[in-house]
Amino acid sequence: MERSLMKGNEALAEAAIRAGCAHYFGYPITPQNEITAYMSKRLPKVGGVFIQAESEIGAINMVYGCAATGTRCMTSSSSPGISLKTEGISYLAGADLPCVIVNVQRGGPGLGSIQPSQADYWQATRALGHGDLRIPVFAPSTVQEMADMTGKAFDLADEYRTPVMILADGLLGQMMEPVSFPEEKAPAARGEKAWAANGHGNARPKNIVNSLYLQPEKLEQNIKERFVRYGEIEKKYADAVSDNADGADIIVAAYGSTARIARSAADMARAAGIKTGTFRPLTLYPFPEKALREACASAKKVLVTEMSMGQMVDDVKLALECKLPVEFFGRTGGFVPAPSEIFEKIKSMTEV
Amino acid sequence: MPKFTRPRALADTETHYCPGCTHGIIHRVIAEVIDEMGAQGETVGICPVGCSVLAYDYFNCDMIEASHGRSPAVATGVKRARPDRLVFTYQGDGDLAAIGIAEIIHAAARGENITAIFVNNTTYGMTGGQMAPTTLPGQVTQTSPYGRNTATDGFPLRICEIMAQIDGVALAERVAVIDPKSVSTAKKAVRKGFEFQKNKQGFSIIEVLSTCPTNWGLTPLKSIERLKNDMLPYYPTGVYREGAAR
Amino acid sequence: MKWVLNFERCKGCALCTGACPKKILVIQEERINANGYYTARCVDADACVGCALCAVMCPDCAIEITD
Repeated sequence: MERSLMKGNEALAEAAIRAGCAHYFGYPITPQNEITAYMSKRLPKVGGVFIQAESEIGAINMVYGCAATGTRCMTSSSSPGISLKTEGISYLAGADLPCVIVNVQRGGPGLGSIQPSQADYWQATRALGHGDLRIPVFAPSTVQEMADMTGKAFDLADEYRTPVMILADGLLGQMMEPVSFPEEKAPAARGEKAWAANGHGNARPKNIVNSLYLQPEKLEQNIKERFVRYGEIEKKYADAVSDNADGADIIVAAYGSTARIARSAADMARAAGIKTGTFRPLTLYPFPEKALREACASAKKVLVTEMSMGQMVDDVKLALECKLPVEFFGRTGGFVPAPSEIFEKIKSMTEV
Repeated sequence: MPKFTRPRALADTETHYCPGCTHGIIHRVIAEVIDEMGAQGETVGICPVGCSVLAYDYFNCDMIEASHGRSPAVATGVKRARPDRLVFTYQGDGDLAAIGIAEIIHAAARGENITAIFVNNTTYGMTGGQMAPTTLPGQVTQTSPYGRNTATDGFPLRICEIMAQIDGVALAERVAVIDPKSVSTAKKAVRKGFEFQKNKQGFSIIEVLSTCPTNWGLTPLKSIERLKNDMLPYYPTGVYREGAAR
Repeated sequence: MKWVLNFERCKGCALCTGACPKKILVIQEERINANGYYTARCVDADACVGCALCAVMCPDCAIEITD
């Protein structure tokens, strides 16, 4: 498997192309611009379509149209742009349209900053659009995972006919690491999806791609059927990784790039004689509750650390049903926490 | 004498449109053109939010429901994924000229090979007759109860004239559906738009002046008069741009 | 030439009455359809020349002209 040194953003874009995504609709916003630029360079060469839309709203609606024809497609943006896309994401979910949406997080709220952040956790897991809907969210923490999770996201999207988000951050997007790719999967055969609205060719009944159901019976049934699929996704896709959890007194829970820093802090803590394990969710929805409970089997306390004021901390408490004390340490505003800062926090949690 | 029957591309179903609303005529004209081009199997229609939000039940081709104002972007996604399809958007004046004006302008600027059917009845019909960007000066609506005051509510937008300035546009034509003659002109315009699209010659928009008896507070026949007397002077019908964009 | 109305589909909007060159279409007020509309009616079938202008102006495709 040949490896190349690539930025996270570009590795993600290349992986999407290799997953058969030949249609990309984007809009400039730091820190994800390399995805847009890479797609504009590569897609025309592989017979694909690249459009820089008039806005993030234009882009997500182009994804809606393209996905409606049964064609793999993607858009990417960063925090403020994702806010603009949320109406479209709700429509995509309500019309059961598969696609991949990438958020390379930056500091917020408002114009915020162009530095890395994880302050969109709540948005990604709770508020990607109005109405009863869940959006599966993958959380890469390495350049290799930026690539691997993209392929997985497209498969999940098609399997369960749902939009899927990749929640990265500016650090992951900009850093370079060696990455290898699976061989290219031919762009998924066009239009082989029976539900697609791509012209009935006088050979089948017409298809309607739509999320409007004025009769409550129809909308409730539509939503309930979708939640059955969410249940299946929760059973099948919830995923996490934990290290040194057996016998640990303290578990440090973190995702994405912060999880790498938390691991260094845990190493420092163990070196100082504090039995410390780490827990890292690979999916944020579905949140890996069972894996977290298992990781915390021996823990007396849990520390959650994020590049925000604390958002995943809620899901950790929920998963543990508040049976363990859960503390939080985070930096926000675009700061990336140092391992030593997290180590200090771990130490403070051991003092009686 | 020609027999007259429902075009095959128009679903044989009751519509929810108010009595005398000319949406129904515009739907039939589009369906007649689809039938004449034998394109029913390759057509994908995009309907908006507005009175025609249920149009997906009225055309016998694949249909997609777009969010308010975004049909041109949705149509772009469809057409770019399947360039061999005949793609049209069906939009009202609130949908196209207000919330969706960026989408329509940029679809035109990109010269997307799609056709926008723009129904201009100077009001937001579905929501009960609010002021639209095309509402005429002095026109009373739910949100211009004293008549649209240009000092505070600004001036109506002439969409065809605006679109005619964009190089990606192959056809920008304004028609009306107020009498058999104008209906046949409207049909020719829709056919021209679809032909430009099929020949990959760029973006086409047909603005169709239409009535809204319920929200204008007029009978269907009086609404036709109002369209002639009040709307035509402000929105003259005719071809504002025609010729392959590429 | 036969003017045929889909009685249930007509909404009594009267646009056809305005379009008929022979002025033989009216809105009758004897019977309402299932939706509660008084419908169009041809008062002199023999005078109908089958020009179909009424059908062209009908928003509901409720008029058929058959031979």
